[in-house]
Amino acid sequence: MDDDLDAIGALTDPARRAAYRAVVDAGPEPVGRDEVAAALGVGRTLAAFHLDKLVAAGLLEVSYARRTGRSGPGAGRPAKHYRRPARERAVTVPPRRYDAIAVLLAEAVEAAGADTAAYTAARRQGRAEAMPGDVVAVLAERGYEPETVDGTVRLRNCPFHRLAGDFPPLVCGMNLALVEGLTAGAGWTARIDPTPGGCCVSLSKNI
Amino acid sequence: MAGYHLAQLNIAIPRGPMADPVMADFVAGLPVLNAIADASPGFVWRLVDQGGEDATALRPWGPDIMVNMSVWESVDALRAYAYRVPEHLEALRRRREFFTHDALGPHLVLWWVPVGAIPTLDEARTRLDLLERVGPGPEAFTLRMPYPPPV
Repeated sequence: MDDDLDAIGALTDPARRAAYRAVVDAGPEPVGRDEVAAALGVGRTLAAFHLDKLVAAGLLEVSYARRTGRSGPGAGRPAKHYRRPARERAVTVPPRRYDAIAVLLAEAVEAAGADTAAYTAARRQGRAEAMPGDVVAVLAERGYEPETVDGTVRLRNCPFHRLAGDFPPLVCGMNLALVEGLTAGAGWTARIDPTPGGCCVSLSKNI
Repeated sequence: MAGYHLAQLNIAIPRGPMADPVMADFVAGLPVLNAIADASPGFVWRLVDQGGEDATALRPWGPDIMVNMSVWESVDALRAYAYRVPEHLEALRRRREFFTHDALGPHLVLWWVPVGAIPTLDEARTRLDLLERVGPGPEAFTLRMPYPPPV
């Protein structure tokens, strides 16, 4: 837990949190310090300082890439790029293990073949929590990190990532039902449509 | 490249005959799923009946139990097809509408076969029984708890 607490503690500094946000908001591709500096309106040295602190805390990871279009001798030193690692961080005080019980519940639902009941519960819950307004804002609020590409809303983050990896049909099915509930009546259709590294659901506007 | 490929067997009890309306969406989607599988990176082989299209007519373990058996180059190749292809993930999401697994025990098993070997249904049955008896291990495992190929 100390490790996770230290990592999350690194986000208490507002400038550092803004740097983290800038990397996350830039999407799945690693970003360079210049882009982060521009997003924050600070110099590249200061941006690099915060980015490297975030790397040391384990909240970002580094990759090296040359600027696109250049290769071979004379292309220059590969530049440092940053992205969010797959590793999750969570701290609860007092200790709570909702993830552990979620795995057991998922196992039980699968063993009982009760997927449909789980979808129904998820859809009902989604409807109960549905808020009027823009579906993109509603899904962003839920941590899905929506992104509109050619009229399709793709969700870059799966809020149930680890559980979905262990029980894909069940958890993706529940997630679809939840998103359908959350966006009910808003004029969008949600469907199973996995985004690489992201959520299994996408939405398109009803014509 | 390692000298082993991944064999996969899964079994299920259809909720009706293939011509029954309850199975209509499954039957309609099957040719698409099989075509995507056949063209998927890392796909090696899948079991087909005498019709040659799919294995729906094979009932080696009783008239109610349908079998599906295939070979893939790796666990990742199978996972990519099973869980990242929208059509297949959607079919999995709806699987309980078409099938039940009541009283079957484990209904999916994976094991490693030498490259070029085509697994038999008898061998598959042995692996499924092993999974049921002792749980996941190197000789019989699941997608949730995969084991690496023999070295």
